[in-house]
Amino acid sequence: MTKTYRFTCIVCPLGCSIEVRVEDGKVIGVTGHTCPRGQEWAVEEATNPKRVIMSVVRVKDGALPTVSVKTAEPVPKELIPELMKFLAELKLEAPVEIGEVVAEWNGIKIVATRGA
Amino acid sequence: MFPGIPMLNYDVVVIGGGPAGMAAAVRAKELGLNVLLLDENDYLGGILPQCIHPGFGLHYFREELTGPEFAARLAKRLVELGVEYRTAARVMEIRNYSDLEKVVIFTSPSGAYQAWAKAVIYAAGARERHAFEIGIVGDRVAGIYTAGEAQTLMDIYGVMPGREVVIVGSGDVGLIMARRFALEGAKVKAVIELMPYPGGLARNVMILRDFEIPLYLSHKVVEVRGRGRVERVKVVKVDENLNEIPGSEFWIEADTLIISAGLVPSVKKLTAIGVEIDPSTGGPVVNDRLETSVPGVFVAGNALLINDLVDYVAEQGELAAEGAKEFIENGGIGSRKWIGVEKGENVRLLAPHRLSGERDVYLYLRVARPMEDVELRIPEAGKRVKLSLATPAEMLRVKLKAEEIRDAEKLTVEVVRE
Ligand SMILES: Cc1cc2nc3c(=O)[nH]c(=O)nc-3n(C[C@H](O)[C@H](O)[C@H](O)COP(=O)(O)OP(=O)(O)OC[C@H]3O[C@@H](n4cnc5c(N)ncnc54)[C@H](O)[C@@H]3O)c2cc1C
Ligand code: SF4
Repeated sequence: MTKTYRFTCIVCPLGCSIEVRVEDGKVIGVTGHTCPRGQEWAVEEATNPKRVIMSVVRVKDGALPTVSVKTAEPVPKELIPELMKFLAELKLEAPVEIGEVVAEWNGIKIVATRGA
Repeated sequence: MFPGIPMLNYDVVVIGGGPAGMAAAVRAKELGLNVLLLDENDYLGGILPQCIHPGFGLHYFREELTGPEFAARLAKRLVELGVEYRTAARVMEIRNYSDLEKVVIFTSPSGAYQAWAKAVIYAAGARERHAFEIGIVGDRVAGIYTAGEAQTLMDIYGVMPGREVVIVGSGDVGLIMARRFALEGAKVKAVIELMPYPGGLARNVMILRDFEIPLYLSHKVVEVRGRGRVERVKVVKVDENLNEIPGSEFWIEADTLIISAGLVPSVKKLTAIGVEIDPSTGGPVVNDRLETSVPGVFVAGNALLINDLVDYVAEQGELAAEGAKEFIENGGIGSRKWIGVEKGENVRLLAPHRLSGERDVYLYLRVARPMEDVELRIPEAGKRVKLSLATPAEMLRVKLKAEEIRDAEKLTVEVVRE
């Protein structure tokens, strides 16, 4: 089965329209890119999309009731709902320093982006 | 002057502790001025602490940061330099007695104060357009929020505003809110966009595909219905002149309506002292030191014009501080003549408005409609800049050198096909 993915490249402001054709999980053709960086991005986007995730986590006795966090590295897209559930259940206690690793999930570090 | 109200004295009072105000206060302090920064929030940073997504600081800190991270870096510099600041301090009024005598009246938990200063830097940001401003009618019910209100609830207070959401506006803010809601497990039923193209950057439009959120281009929300809480919203298709197409209405069931229909510079405290406003930016008319039409009153950030990049906001703050320094030292911002800057073809808004021709300057502008392969031209300065894409969503910034503009009588800025 062949699937065609159409993306607007976001690697640089040029925003090329890239098409990636995938057959049985294998990339069989990429068109529309202007440079190898865009090609690499589109192939990854079609076969193994990943995102850095931001959210907030509850914090006890902080200046604000939440502290914002991000994953230290991109997370495979299909794992995102599971990660969000983990973060929703996480509870921290003040003080939290900005940049501090507040938790780890499946080997991925969760970093505070605000202090509390 | 106001008996019974404690009096404070400064060179400069900065109003607003967002990135514009913090950068202004830091720079003013570095320049040796005695400065006070005021913000009505309980924390510094303006809207940044609630903008938990990345995309901040690539120019200013040469690193991609989240909003809270950007704010924390500026706040750290502020504290290291020993800048005096007060949070939970709300400015009620500015009074302009003479060029070097201004009073900023503010209230705080410890009471009211009158802060006297030689110059004022106004960096109070922008307000969001509300549902009624964009012509939505219907029931006055719970569940209608601006994007910023929803963002504050979720990302500062950890409260979920709703479960089934319709978002008005596909600019970056609307799209970022769509992602926030979807990540939190809410159902984003639609993003409704008036224009025939999405308002946000490509990397944010990608969010819609990530979460399979339908985008309705050339559509608008016209009515809200519900008892106590939003239950459904009415959507209508519009033609190329943005007129509603009769018979095209349909309803979407939702418990929450998020309005992300743009920002307006907040300038009430400035118009009260007679500051001249440019109707196209919604902010003050300024010279190349970001001084308004009232001498010694400077403006920076979203209060000047709506910025999409925080880096430009901080840059404007610094510029205003340098203006304040010059103003205080020389008793005014001088120039042999002022060169007017005018909007030409496909330029919707533009600042600053008057240039001295004696110093380098950044022009900030937005185009009226999206165009590919264009050139930004300023014929009188012999300036031509090629752009592969210019969209209304992205503010353009161009640097002009003093020697390029010194001899011009006026400048016209246009964005046209090559
Ligand atoms: C949702 C959203 C997402 C964004 N995403 C990005 C992004 O990804 N990348 C990027 O670079 N930029 C982004 N921006 C743009 C950027 O963040 C803003 O342009 C910038 O924060 C504006 O800064 P400011 O200092 O002018 O105003 P603000 O941050 O709004 O600060 C103004 C401050 O003034 C205070 N104030 C107002 N009136 C008074 C008063 N009377 N007395 C005392 N204090 C007062 C307010 O409390 C506030 O703290 C985004 C903006 C929004 C809204
Ligand atoms: S393909 Fe290359 S040139 Fe085109 S947008 Fe992507 S990174 Fe830029």
